Amino acid sequence: MSAQIQKVSIPHVNHEDDLQSQIESASANGAPVKITGGNTKAFYGHAVDALDIDVSGHSGIIDYDPAELVITLRAGCKLKDVELLLAEKGQMLGFEPPYFGEEATIGGIVASGLTGPRRGFSGAIRDFILGVKLLNGRGEVVNFGGRVIKNVAGFDVSRLMVGALGTLGILLEVSIRIIPKFETETTLFFEHVDAQKHIDWINQTRRLPYPISASVWYQGQTKIRLSGSLQGIDSACHDLGGDGKIDKDETWSGLKEQSHPFFGQVRSLARVSVPSVESDFLTAESQLIEWGGAQRWIETPQESLDQLRHQVESHRGTVCAFRGYDRHAEIFHRPTDAILALHRNLKSSFDPAGIFNPGRMYAGL
Amino acid sequence: MSIGIIPDKTRAYLKAMITSIRQQLANLFRTFLEYESVIDQSTSLAAYECDGLSAYRQTPLLVVLPQTIEEVQKIVVICAERNIPIVSRGAGTSLSGGALPHADGIVLSLSKMNRILNIDDNAQSITVEPGIRNLAVSEAVKHLGLYYAPDPSSQIACSIGGNVAENAGGVHCLKYGLTLHNVLGVTLVTASGELLVLDQQSLQSQGYDLLALIIGSEGMLGIVVEVILKLLPIPQCARVILAVFDDVEKAGNSVARIISGGIIPAGIEMMDNPAIRAAESFVNAGYPIDSAAILICELDGTEAEVESQIIKVDSILKNSGAVDTRLAKDDAERHLFWSGRKAAFPAVGRLSPDYYCIDGTIPRKALGAVLTEINRLSEEYGLRIANVFHAGDGNLHPLILYDANNEGEFEKTEALGSRILQLCIYHGGTITGEHGVGVEKLGEMCVQFSDIERYQFHAIRSAFDPANLMNPGKAIPTLARCAEFNSMHVHNGELPHPELDRF
Repeated sequence: MSAQIQKVSIPHVNHEDDLQSQIESASANGAPVKITGGNTKAFYGHAVDALDIDVSGHSGIIDYDPAELVITLRAGCKLKDVELLLAEKGQMLGFEPPYFGEEATIGGIVASGLTGPRRGFSGAIRDFILGVKLLNGRGEVVNFGGRVIKNVAGFDVSRLMVGALGTLGILLEVSIRIIPKFETETTLFFEHVDAQKHIDWINQTRRLPYPISASVWYQGQTKIRLSGSLQGIDSACHDLGGDGKIDKDETWSGLKEQSHPFFGQVRSLARVSVPSVESDFLTAESQLIEWGGAQRWIETPQESLDQLRHQVESHRGTVCAFRGYDRHAEIFHRPTDAILALHRNLKSSFDPAGIFNPGRMYAGL
Repeated sequence: MSIGIIPDKTRAYLKAMITSIRQQLANLFRTFLEYESVIDQSTSLAAYECDGLSAYRQTPLLVVLPQTIEEVQKIVVICAERNIPIVSRGAGTSLSGGALPHADGIVLSLSKMNRILNIDDNAQSITVEPGIRNLAVSEAVKHLGLYYAPDPSSQIACSIGGNVAENAGGVHCLKYGLTLHNVLGVTLVTASGELLVLDQQSLQSQGYDLLALIIGSEGMLGIVVEVILKLLPIPQCARVILAVFDDVEKAGNSVARIISGGIIPAGIEMMDNPAIRAAESFVNAGYPIDSAAILICELDGTEAEVESQIIKVDSILKNSGAVDTRLAKDDAERHLFWSGRKAAFPAVGRLSPDYYCIDGTIPRKALGAVLTEINRLSEEYGLRIANVFHAGDGNLHPLILYDANNEGEFEKTEALGSRILQLCIYHGGTITGEHGVGVEKLGEMCVQFSDIERYQFHAIRSAFDPANLMNPGKAIPTLARCAEFNSMHVHNGELPHPELDRF
């Protein structure tokens, strides 16, 4: 490990044996555990009633060679340390993960599968993860995937862990593809009074060869972020024009961390995910549209959720009761029975005793 | 059905049995399939005996060519009731034997399901049936200024269904991703004949990412009957630089410098001296035949972006020790530079009666060490090797030259190939970057994964297909198979690379 890595000072502590023996005994006793990293995304999904197992201490960089653009690290590493480490080398994570709190860990990022404003224009975590080291429900340590971009040996278990909410095992280590930082970023805004205008415009504009890396529509205004080379951004700004330009805009970090004013005003926040061109679900009074149109945050009271789910379902989309709902009622969109059955089969293939985060994703899973 | 050393009478009886089963099954399928869509004559079945890995052959019980999802479902249900294995097959271009028939099973060819179902210009997506050829997708949307990015070298022939099964890559996947990154959804017929729709057009999947699990699963989790693909705008401009090196390691290092310098080339390919010589004598691309390695680097994007990147790349290449760099002056020259790389396989084929293509991936930094060891192995086995390399993503394709007519030479070639793959594992890489495991690399799977890990793969498979009827025997070796493989490969009482951390 090079001297620079030490500078950011990421604790190098191996808790693998300890975690393994805890899981062995939990498995033997059929005692469910609630996996906790930085505890910053505990709000996401159903409430889990089980004994906490703290994985945040399992920390350290296993391998980072900037020239390979791949990092392998223990899941308890703090996201902020990792982002600092990468920034020192002019690199970054390509999926702009939300923190929702200082203590956010890499494991939590992967398990929650949440991505920031960039998602509408580039990949999700599943597009960057290359390998995992996992502690399964039998207390066994297993490795899947690897440290290389192209790898088709065996089923793609590492991508299955993304967004699995810890229901399949404890992530011990992950390998992630990273990307170089962009030379520069800037934000343009456009007055688009109605949401439909925004949807049409952004879906047309994204076809043009400009380095758009994020978009948002809120209260009659579209904003786009451009990330790339100086020349590329200059020519994009020139061609796209717009009603204004902001070099450093807080909007994007506000959207990522949900500290944007919209989120402060909303009591019960539904995340509506639909194909970006969908022209329904645009008339709600209190809404904010991200990801080129694919992610729509709509204030929706608990009693209207089922109706919204029903409508969205017929438009190839899903609804998540994101914040401010009863966490014992349905949170995620229920899949078809056949798909739910597959979930159960997969779950028991990793975790036969059903000890990991029971019910966090779906009841009975 | 394997018939070993048994009396002639028994043999004749078994043969008659197979013929009778074949006939009954064909009649059953013909109650809902067109007569010609069921192939039961041995002369016609011969065409399905193998895929692109022609060293492995097996006559299937039957071949069926459904034209609709309902037909696929009926076939699957009939097979499930009778415990008959199904090998689904696209264009049959697999290089790992992924579509090798099962002796007791049918081949379900998707070649008649090759229609385009919907082009959504606004959403930049296309819905296709799995039998459509890869290149036909880009051709169908060219008039809209769009294309489908993954371009495996077999793209003229290979099918989208096959690309999904193998998570196919191609020259441009460093920048534009593998099949995984360009598929928005699939419709799948499960082993029980149920239809599953896995749609991620909304970008936020909920529940487990089953779509990611299906991609690259080598036809073992179900039969893909519809695919939604992401389309990209055709780049405004593309330029190519060819760089000449007197040392392969310098060439490898320059790739790392370009990419970590913030430039992701549309493609960056490397060829070593034997590959350069073969290609040059075949297509006269102007490659310097005395150089140790060449790099072909393509940059695409807007004119302004490409112009600025060309200058940076040229200077990185020179600073990394390139003895010469050449910028293609126009599209004709760009195609000329590429022609040698694209013709590398047939070019090597001219040097030798047969060649065997290996598909390992390594971290880029290991390139020098791996190539040195490959050269040593080449001498040890007395077989020539030419190397072509998707340098940006570490995917190495050593081509082993051999003559199948020489007694034992294919076996020797396979053994050499296996040594090269184990070398890739040793250096932190993997035994297959894009060709899949199929039947070819079952042995090396025993080295890359532990018993527990392989057990997990089998358990995942059972979650989808408890009766083990979808492409059985491929991709994931059994415990017994690994015991056999490892016993053959124990040297001086040690397992190969016991020190290896296989993450």
